[in-house]
Amino acid sequence: MIPLPAPKPEILARRDTIVADLHTLLPADAVIHETIRMRPYETDGLSAYRQMPLAVVLPATTEQVAAVMRYCHEQGIRVVPRGAGTSLSGGALPLEDAVVIGLMRMNRILEIDFDDRLAVVEAGVTNLGITKAVEHEGFFYAPDPSSQLACMIGGNVNMNSGGAHCLKYGVTANNLLGLKLVTPTGDIVEVGGDHLDTAGYDWLGLMTGSEGMLGIVTEVTVRILRGPEGARAMLAAFKGTEIAGQAVDAIIGSGIIPVALEFMDKPCIHACEAFANAGYPLDAEAMLIIEVEGSVAEQDALLAKIKDICARFDPISLKVATSAEESIAIWKGRKGAFGAVGRISPDYLCMDGTIPTGELPFVLKRIGEMSVQYGLQVANVFHAGDGNLHPLIMFDANDPASFHKAEAFGGDILKLCVEVGGCLTGEHGVGVEKRDLMHVQFHPHELDQQRAIKTAFDPAWLLNPHKVFPLTEHA
Amino acid sequence: MSDLITPADEAGVVAAIQAAIAAREPLSIEGHGSKRGLLRPVQAARGLTTRGLTGITLYKPTELVLSARAGTPLPEIEAALAERGQMLAPEPPDTRGIFGVAEPATLGGLVATNLSGPRRITVGSVRDHLLGIRFVNGKGEAVRSGGRVLKNVTGLDLCKLLAGSHGTLGVLTEVTMKVLPAAEASATLAVAVPDIAAGVKALSAGLTSPFGVTGAALRIDPHGATALLRLEDFRESVTYRGSRLREDLAPFGDVSLIPDSADLWRGIRDAEPLGAAAEDAIWRLSIRPSTAPALAAALQAAFGARLLFDWGGGLVWVAGPATEAAHCAVTAAAAAVRGSFTLFRAPAPMRAAVPVMPPEAPALAAIAARVQAALDPLGLFNPGRMRSSP
Ligand SMILES: Cc1cc2nc3c(=O)[nH]c(=O)nc-3n(C[C@H](O)[C@H](O)[C@H](O)COP(=O)(O)OP(=O)(O)OC[C@H]3O[C@@H](n4cnc5c(N)ncnc54)[C@H](O)[C@@H]3O)c2cc1C
Ligand SMILES: Cc1cc2nc3c(=O)[nH]c(=O)nc-3n(C[C@H](O)[C@H](O)[C@H](O)COP(=O)(O)OP(=O)(O)OC[C@H]3O[C@@H](n4cnc5c(N)ncnc54)[C@H](O)[C@@H]3O)c2cc1C
Repeated sequence: MIPLPAPKPEILARRDTIVADLHTLLPADAVIHETIRMRPYETDGLSAYRQMPLAVVLPATTEQVAAVMRYCHEQGIRVVPRGAGTSLSGGALPLEDAVVIGLMRMNRILEIDFDDRLAVVEAGVTNLGITKAVEHEGFFYAPDPSSQLACMIGGNVNMNSGGAHCLKYGVTANNLLGLKLVTPTGDIVEVGGDHLDTAGYDWLGLMTGSEGMLGIVTEVTVRILRGPEGARAMLAAFKGTEIAGQAVDAIIGSGIIPVALEFMDKPCIHACEAFANAGYPLDAEAMLIIEVEGSVAEQDALLAKIKDICARFDPISLKVATSAEESIAIWKGRKGAFGAVGRISPDYLCMDGTIPTGELPFVLKRIGEMSVQYGLQVANVFHAGDGNLHPLIMFDANDPASFHKAEAFGGDILKLCVEVGGCLTGEHGVGVEKRDLMHVQFHPHELDQQRAIKTAFDPAWLLNPHKVFPLTEHA
Repeated sequence: MSDLITPADEAGVVAAIQAAIAAREPLSIEGHGSKRGLLRPVQAARGLTTRGLTGITLYKPTELVLSARAGTPLPEIEAALAERGQMLAPEPPDTRGIFGVAEPATLGGLVATNLSGPRRITVGSVRDHLLGIRFVNGKGEAVRSGGRVLKNVTGLDLCKLLAGSHGTLGVLTEVTMKVLPAAEASATLAVAVPDIAAGVKALSAGLTSPFGVTGAALRIDPHGATALLRLEDFRESVTYRGSRLREDLAPFGDVSLIPDSADLWRGIRDAEPLGAAAEDAIWRLSIRPSTAPALAAALQAAFGARLLFDWGGGLVWVAGPATEAAHCAVTAAAAAVRGSFTLFRAPAPMRAAVPVMPPEAPALAAIAARVQAALDPLGLFNPGRMRSSP
């Protein structure tokens, strides 16, 4: 288990006063302090970790956020920002002496401009909510994390979230224009804007992926894109992971960047097939889902090219969807992968390292060996085009020993990712989960450099202080 | 600047910076100095150039990644990529013409200035394609951020912070970029439009079509303007989308097809159609596209500005007299549309006298000062380059 910093006793002792003060800053229904009503905020998508906060506030405006931040800054109270709480790295995990600022009431879409291809939304608007608001004109917001029904744009910005289609469209960072945010000292500032490249330091880029440590995002200006004429998927199954990896290389090497290129290993294929009956080949060691976009004729041409390439790698089966319905069927298993694994095993940890794509066969072989060593099953889904690997490690939460083994197994996988030239996290963030592995990827002075930047924004280390960096005397 | 230090490797950069720390002596930081004329002149007794740090250190075409030492000339990188049918997708401008210099940009200089060309509208900027960096900070420490993989959210993203920081936060020693396949074919549709407002509407129509426009520029002609929309993809796709897009653009004016438009876009990338006179100042503005007509009217009224638009109207190149009056008109026009500007080229005394980019709000400026101190506590790197010292 990863330790949390000790709470400040003087803050805990003043809890009633603090709650009363918060009531003076916010409407009555925006302050939550009863244990039972705080329960939904004690954990996030990394549900093995739980911690009740001091209080929860649900501001409805940027000014309310600023009032709370100014107060907490003056009083030395820690703050944990929260969107939908779907973080898989414990990014939204509270602290006993912290006020949780939940952004879910800031859920208005403020502006949509199709001609200028942008939308201004509050931080609590869900990822899918943006696309839903613009799709009647054929537009969409590109980054599409699988949690998109629930997760909020403020959370996406702070995690720099990706999705299955980011090979072509980029991750959150590549689809933002500007932010309104409240600094740790309670000032309201805007960074970026409603245009592309602001001169000066790239605060927008630095804030993106900063895991709630630099400020509270209250409004986001996103780029919205006109969708393609259509999209279609194909499925390619292979006898080995190595040869499937070679097929991926050959596709990219041919100059085609598919809009999605997903890889599943055998355990994952089996879990998904049992769950979704998507028609996945059960004798395959590895399977690719490849999606292309364009007019029907363009889709045909691209899929034919990709099919020819895959055919050179002795595939077990190649299935090109001939309709939107068949595409959905191909995707069905992949989209349900987490739920499918959840059916096999009561609990699982979803890991998120990135590796150079050429290292895939070696990494999968090593993960297989570790799975035997640890005696825990693992299924791998992988954004193959960009090297982002999601091993799902299955364990039993009722058995603490099983959980500790799963955590150690996960840590070993991430160390392996770094060893082969990759990184600890491709899209889920460091949070608390990978905090104590940061030294595997960074030298101490490099972590200190990052900490110094955190200090520049948050001199007293009050904002999400227990995330990302191994604990020091600060915490 | 009298004295130029030319380290041959990162250790040499560290040594030079440690010497500067010991002497408390600021350094001007440059690659080939191809953009020395950009922003404010730097006051430093000694210069540090990365021109000795050259060479591609990693290139994996199928992993879409290339690393090179910071002083590697861009043409060398572009040639290596072209050999494998790939490119730096943001299409960085070649500013040698603007600045009248002979030596090409270096990769480090490209990242430090974050200058992107026409394709930026679709694929993103240089910083969007920046995967990893090594740099030496103002304490003389070599620091890494990012890496060599395409997806990486591990820790604070110092790559973004260093990109576009104009050498004021650290000396880049090695850079890793995401690279992309170059398209098999391209074509451009040229629409003759009556004025800037109609031109921006035509560009917007292209960019809101499903046809994947990868360049959207507006050239001002003696009697009207030409909207230029580029398609790049496999040959059949370009043919098909060209004919569909042509129908969409017909309401805006006469449409003609330019089949081979590489030179045309190279010119737009390098702001050639701006037609700036040698003595003109040049500004580069980033604005919300639909505000372009109002901004253009203000600048033309103020000093008869010459203009060139890219990024669907969102990037404006402006040329005009190198006077403070013209500069004030530009900054006022940019502020009126909540846009951003840089004074891109002007005589050194003018660049020293005026703000070359918009001021930051006080709360942000305070953070900026602390961030700068976190990276370069003694203020050794390029003092005064972006903003005059407070
Ligand atoms: C089933 C499932 C599938 C997922 N799939 C993907 C996927 O495909 N790709 C992917 O990248 N991620 C995925 N995730 C992870 C998660 O959904 C993302 O990290 C998401 O962006 C988190 O958004 P949220 O609103 O839930 O934020 P939270 O979990 O509430 O918070 C995330 C972090 O951001 C901070 N934060 C939140 N809002 C703000 C704000 N307004 N200002 C400042 N800080 C803030 C929090 O403090 C925390 O550190 C998945 C999660 C689940 C449960
Ligand atoms: C905080 C959080 C937020 C989430 N947000 C989203 C979201 O926004 N969008 C999204 O698609 N998914 C989200 N999920 C995942 C979601 O709960 C499902 O696990 C997954 O989406 C499959 O959903 P389904 O509708 O396809 O299947 P479901 O209808 O949910 O489940 C199908 C079958 O699988 C079983 N099953 C599913 N999950 C499990 C499990 N974990 N353990 C045991 N059996 C299981 C069910 O009992 C059922 O029999 C989230 C998960 C968490 C923890």
